Amino acid sequence: MIQLNYILILSAVMMFAGIFGFLTRRSTLAILLSIELMLNATDLNFAVFNRMLWQDGHEGYFFALFSIAITAAESAIAIAIMINVYRQLKDISVGKLEKMKF
Amino acid sequence: MDYSQFLFMREELSLLAVILIIFIADLFMSKEPRDGKPAQGSSIGIVACILLGIHTLANLVPFCEDMKIEQTAFGGMYVHTAMMTIVKSVLNVGTLVVFLMANGWLQRAENRVKQGEFYIITLFTVLGMYFMISSGHFLMFFIGLELASVPLAALIAFDKWRYESAEAGAKFILLALFSSALLLYGVSLIYGITGTLYFGQIGAILTGLSDNLLLAVLGLTLFIAGMGFKISLVPFHLWTADTYEGAPTVVTGYLSVVSKGSAAFVLMTVLMKAFADTTLSSQWNIGLFWLIVASITIANIFAIQQKNLKRFMAFSAISQAGYLVLAVMGGTAQGMTALVYYLLVYMVADLGVFAILNVVEQKSGKICMDDYNGLYETNPKLAFLMTLCLFSLAGIPPFAGMFSKFFVFMAAFNAGYQWLVLIALVNTVISLYYYLLIVKAMYINKSDSPVPAFKSDAYTKIALVICIAGVVLAGIIGVAYNYIDTFAYGME
Repeated sequence: MIQLNYILILSAVMMFAGIFGFLTRRSTLAILLSIELMLNATDLNFAVFNRMLWQDGHEGYFFALFSIAITAAESAIAIAIMINVYRQLKDISVGKLEKMKF
Repeated sequence: MDYSQFLFMREELSLLAVILIIFIADLFMSKEPRDGKPAQGSSIGIVACILLGIHTLANLVPFCEDMKIEQTAFGGMYVHTAMMTIVKSVLNVGTLVVFLMANGWLQRAENRVKQGEFYIITLFTVLGMYFMISSGHFLMFFIGLELASVPLAALIAFDKWRYESAEAGAKFILLALFSSALLLYGVSLIYGITGTLYFGQIGAILTGLSDNLLLAVLGLTLFIAGMGFKISLVPFHLWTADTYEGAPTVVTGYLSVVSKGSAAFVLMTVLMKAFADTTLSSQWNIGLFWLIVASITIANIFAIQQKNLKRFMAFSAISQAGYLVLAVMGGTAQGMTALVYYLLVYMVADLGVFAILNVVEQKSGKICMDDYNGLYETNPKLAFLMTLCLFSLAGIPPFAGMFSKFFVFMAAFNAGYQWLVLIALVNTVISLYYYLLIVKAMYINKSDSPVPAFKSDAYTKIALVICIAGVVLAGIIGVAYNYIDTFAYGME
């Protein structure tokens, strides 16, 4: 069986790849993908902790399920807002979202 | 299944009923555009305000026998204490004022068709905050948090034809998702250590923990960072000014008070319950210490430079959030009372300012500080009311703001954070300077083209009466603080 450590390392790598993508990507859709990567890392964490460490309950699995559903709703709203931005700017790169800043 | 446990969820069920009634009423009251004429406004606004008013009055005070006992439902997922009813009442009053403010804005031609949506979406965020406040389990907490923040993004982007609104919405939703991901990663680490997600059980397992302590601190840090985004404490505040500027003024008022206040209260209850262990609590106290110092100081420095009043109020809100979280320090019962009282007083003063900003923006389209030059000449009453609210925000004695700041400082001082109180006091003086800049603009500065004289609509007047009554009376009538204090509970 695969040890716990390896999966945790995988999820940590996913998490930080997501954070890196969030900070460096220029397209808002790529940023959204990076955030999905981060959220999937947390889901993986929940599932693996439940499977490997705390087998007498299902809290981790259920948390992962709920978090997937909620994340999908959030992405829908985010993409709707992106479409609205695109209608007015004809562009969705973050460099163009700069009408309001310091 | 024991159906009597639904009785503990009185507020949630009552609010859900209000939402459903508005939803159905909106269906039948909205008028289709006919014969080439544009759609007429429906009177759903009155229905929404009256229903929310009834809901507020019906759930105003807790009526359970023992004030500090926790009542749980659904196996501990849902927790209710008397204090939570008080916090929910405060949020209700805030939402009611926002609804009253919103009426003039929603009557405009481009918003008439979507009036009902505004009320329904706003009430759903309130429902999310209710569940977040009353959660006893991280899953319930997370669902409440997302129910409170996802519709908010839709509200921020509500002005479909205005580009700033969409940009503000985009900035908000991306950072809200990012902060949720950080928070969830923290929660997953906590789950890995303890094997449970119930706050009470986590608290019990983490007490006296020796191995895995570092992991627990990492989870705690990520949790506080995620909540810091929601409350907009300083290193996590970068979305605040842009979002507040771009959002419709009414929604900005809602964001700066209701959503922030509920998140601050939840931060306190979760920290007190799940991370009450002495080692961990010293850790989060250190973390919050620096967050508060940074929030209050940096937000004050930025607020002085702002010309757009919505941006100005954004930085003012960040600084006020620092004072709100100051009451969390130490997790004492006194701190909890101070937090709720501060939230109440801050809410009425801040919403008063926003009601005036909103009505001036609706009537003249002006939102910058220079536009307020000479407001006293043309609209003396509005200028006077704005001055009262700003004095309360700054904490000048006869108004409620001074008392609320005093109680927060007392709580932090008794918890042993004298230096923090000193820094906060110095910052109160700085904040007085920039609040008075607006007063100076209204009373002293001359302008060639001041905001013309106008009459506010009846809804705005009612909203202003509620706010000013709160600003003037909440400080003088000491009963409010004592009343809240009877429900407060702290760590241990």
